[in-house]
Parts: sequence; C-alpha cells; structure tokens
Amino acid sequence: MSVGGGATIDPREVVAPVPKRRREWVTTVVEAWHLRRTKIGFVMFIALLAVALFGRFVAPYSPTEFVGPPFSLPTASYWLGTDFLGRDVLTRVLYGGLSVFVLGISATLIGMVLGVSLGLISGYARRWVDESIMRMLDVVLAFPSVVLAMLFVSILGPRLWLIVLMVGISHMPRIARVTRAATVELVARDFVKAAAAVGVPRRTILLFEVLPNISSPLLVEFGLRLTYSIIMIAALSFIGLGMQPPAADWGLMINENRIAIVVQPWAVVAPVILIGALTVSANLMADGLSRAMMGIDRDTALS
Amino acid sequence: MPPLLRLLFIRLGLGLVTLLLVSVVVFAATQALPGDAAKAILGKDSADAARYQALRAQLRLDRPIVDQYTSWLAGVARGDLGNSLVGAGAKVTTLLRSRIINSATLVFLAALISIPIAILIGALSAVWHDSKFDNIINVGNLSLAALPEFVIGIVLVLVFGTAVFRWLPSVSNVDSLTPLRSQMTLFILPVVTLVLAVIPYVSRMLRASTIEVLESEYVMMARLKGLSESRVLWHHALPNAIVPTIQVIAISIAWLAGGIITVEYLFSFPGIGAGLVDAVANRDMPMVQALVLLMAAVYVVLNLIADILTILISPRLRTGMR
Repeated sequence: MSVGGGATIDPREVVAPVPKRRREWVTTVVEAWHLRRTKIGFVMFIALLAVALFGRFVAPYSPTEFVGPPFSLPTASYWLGTDFLGRDVLTRVLYGGLSVFVLGISATLIGMVLGVSLGLISGYARRWVDESIMRMLDVVLAFPSVVLAMLFVSILGPRLWLIVLMVGISHMPRIARVTRAATVELVARDFVKAAAAVGVPRRTILLFEVLPNISSPLLVEFGLRLTYSIIMIAALSFIGLGMQPPAADWGLMINENRIAIVVQPWAVVAPVILIGALTVSANLMADGLSRAMMGIDRDTALS
Repeated sequence: MPPLLRLLFIRLGLGLVTLLLVSVVVFAATQALPGDAAKAILGKDSADAARYQALRAQLRLDRPIVDQYTSWLAGVARGDLGNSLVGAGAKVTTLLRSRIINSATLVFLAALISIPIAILIGALSAVWHDSKFDNIINVGNLSLAALPEFVIGIVLVLVFGTAVFRWLPSVSNVDSLTPLRSQMTLFILPVVTLVLAVIPYVSRMLRASTIEVLESEYVMMARLKGLSESRVLWHHALPNAIVPTIQVIAISIAWLAGGIITVEYLFSFPGIGAGLVDAVANRDMPMVQALVLLMAAVYVVLNLIADILTILISPRLRTGMR
C-alpha cells in the first residue's frame, strides 16, 4: 500500500496510523484492553454505571422521603445517615448517579457531533473556510471551564438542555482541532485524492472515506471529553446551577450537605467518592485508549 | 518588515480580534433573553410600568442594539462596566476591586508553588522514565487530572480542616479591610487545592518534552563531552524542554481563572470565581458580563504572552521558518 504525504510526523499532533480500511477503532480498543489501566477504568466505570442505573431498585426509601432527624449519623436503619432535611443518604446516592451519566454522556455526544463536523469541514476545505472556523473556535476556547455555561445560565436559568448544550459547545474547539489535524493528514493520501478525482461528492468522501480512518483519535477524544463533561456537569450542580432541588444528584448532594461536614460527613463523603471514582475511571480508559493508539509510551497533554 | 516582527504583529492582531469577538458573544448572550433583560430581572414586578421603564433606561435597552453594544464596549474600554443590579447598585468596578486582588493573589500563589514542583516532578520522571517512581507519578497525575477541583478541595477540608485534623480553617472568608499578609492561613487550603489540580498538566507535558530532548543528538554530545548527568539535565536539556511547556503553563494559569470558580465557592473565598457564582444566581447581568469578560480576557492575554514567548525563545520560529 503506497502512502502519500510527509514521512515526518509530529507526535504532538494526533496521528492516524496507516489507513486500514475497516474498523480501525476496534484494533485500538483491543490493544487498549491489554493495558491494566484500561481494565481497571472499565470495571470501575461499569460498576458505577450499574449503581446509577439499577441502584434505585434496591434503595431502601424514596429519595424525597423524610426518614429521621436532619444530619443523623449512620445507624442500622439508615446506613449512611440522613441529609440536611432528614432524607436517607444511601437512597439519594443510589438515585443520584443517573443524572450525572445522562447529562455527561449527552454533553459529550453533542460536543463530538459539532466538533467532528467542524473539524472535518475545516481540514478538508482549508483556506478561508478553515481559517474562519478555527478563529471562531478560538473565541469559544476563550471561555474557561464552565464560564460559558454560567454566562447562559445567568440569562436563561439553570435549564438542563442549556447546560448540556453549553458543556458540549465548550468541548467543540478541542475536538475540532483533533479532527482537523487527523483529517489534514488523511486528505493528502492517495485514496482520498482518488475518490475526489472520480467525482465522489465531498460529503460522501468525508463520511465514508475520512471519518472511518480517524475513528481511533476520535475514540480517545471521546474518552477525554467524557471525563471533562462529568467534571463540568458535577461542578455546575455543586455550585447550585445544575440539577435543582429536590433532585437527587451527587454534585448537588455535596453542596447541600457540606455545611454539616463536621457533624455528618457521610452525606458529603459518599457522593465525593463516587464522583471522584467516576472521573478517574473515565480518564483511565481514555489514557489506555490513547496509549494503545500511539503504540508508544508517550503522554498526551490532558487539556 | 522582518519576519519575526511580522509574526508577532499577526499574533497580536489575532488576539485582539478574538477579544473583540468574545465581547460580542458576552454582549449578544443577553439578547437571548425571552422578552428582555429588564423583564427577566424584575420578574413579576415587571407589571410595574414605571420601574420597568426606568430599568430599561438604566440598562440602555431603549436604544438600537448596535448602539447598545458600542456604548457598552466604550464603557468597558473606559473601565466603566455599569452598575450592579443587586443591593445599592454600586459600580461593578468598585465592587470587583477587592475580589480581583484576592483572586489574583490566589492564582499567583498557586502558580508560584505549582510550577517549580511540576517542573521538578516532570524532569525527574523523564530522567527515570518507566521506573517505579515514574509509574507512581503517572498514576498520581492521571488521577489528580481527572478529579474535579472541588472534590480535591473537599478531601483536603475533611483531612486538614474538619474531620481528621483541625489544623486549617476550612472557610476562607478573607476580609478586605485587613491586609492580605496577615490572613495568609486562609489561603492555604484553596492554594493547595489549585496546586494539586495544576501539577499534573504541567508535569506530564514537561516529562514528554524532556524525554524527547534527552534523546536528541546535542544532549548525547554533551554527555560525550563528559558532563555530569545532572548538568546535562538542568543546563542543557531542560531549557529546551521547557519551550513547549510554556504553552501548557500559560494555559494552566489561564485555566486557573476558570478553575477558581468551584474552589472559591467551596471555601467561600471572596474572589471573582465566587463572585461569578453569586452574580449568576442573582441574575446580576452587568456583574456577570464583567466577570465573564475578565476571565476570557485573562485567557486570551495569557495565551498571547505564551505564543509571543515561544516565538521569541525558539530559534526555528525566530528566523521565521515554520
């Protein structure tokens, strides 16, 4: 197979390996699975997902039921004590993960769709289209972490669709950059040129020639962005601008119960551990995938 | 024009354009309101026509939109960001002064402590790469990078402020009337939280670039000359390895401007981050605009400085070749 394009590859750019026509990302997943960190991350993630999905069926109480005096320490009837209103902490922990997963995954998907589309267009079109897309993304990039989401929440209020959309848009620039870098690399190759030469429409080339061949870097990017989505969604709930009371949500629980951290630490400790374990597990998977893709032991900057 | 100067001017121009576009976004966001800002702020009270009209005039909503934007931008340029909608309606800039000083101190201390530590850790794990030390640092970095800042902060509060030891204050209610120097204990936990959050990014990047440099020919040459391994590292390899890291350092500090939001909120630290949370919760639009603009400007300017430094430091770019 002859490969066009430059022979020197900047390792900091995410690079698609020699084009294998089919299921490139499957190879990456299989290789990543050989790394211990991927397995640990995956097992943790699935366990937490199971808690979030099925925890509610084994919860002893209703998440809004008052079961005892506020901030009671753990006893036999409520294993993790009660929260600031006297609701069962264990029940609320079992209910409170679903929102984190649903919102986090939705925000990541939105970011991926927007970012990948812009990156593909930018990398294929080049010149002024490329320039203007990249400048536009620089503007989005200038709003650090949850600031963009906060700007719009201040206007429209803490609507969930708005938060998910804004977190997704915040991810867009970095996803687009990765996609663009990989696309530029690929567009120079013969098989893409050949497709263009025989008159295959641009959209078909991007979706069926380019996209399958950059699936590995995009998979890694998905893992990374998922980690950050969860961080940002939890942060927004923590500062009171995400999920609203009386919802059971890990981020919100930390905020509601932290005033009594000395009296009844379990109402804070339990959601803190779960959020921490979730973001760490997502990052372990992302790192495993990234290492498998690079094929070498090289750190990718996580930002 | 010499190519170096040209490159600098282009970069500077792009930075300015970005800033201008950021201001358009910040301004335009308020236009997304159903109805208008005055109605949203007054809520049910907007039935009171006199108050509604007065607020509209105060927010300059009675003028055409381009007019509103240019007069707002002119105000920003003069340092006049309007009046807060909360309380006595003091000037935003007056309200923000002590918050900006507090946050700047916080970020400065966090950067001052985290960057040397991160460089040391990064360099050492590069020298001993794939050793046990490197692996432990790697897993530590990976976990710290993944943890939300407020989770790190709460763990610190639990350990050092409340449940385990009671050494440090867990609420950092810095007082604007007493000099900052006499309130430094209040800074310890927020600063440590930010330090732990920044170290992974900088040290991972430095490790990667140091490994690359250590494998280069000129480092081999230095070794062949018989220089000691530590001299090779600190005098020959590190100065070059830091160049790509400058970007990451700048981005990390800029990220601190956003990362302080949850940390300041957690510790009730009176800075711009906690200020933004309050302003958003109160729907204090002029305050939100001012703070968002400030944080974005910090990000753009720091990136600009990093790019210019990178251009000036790296010989390949200095001669105008890319």
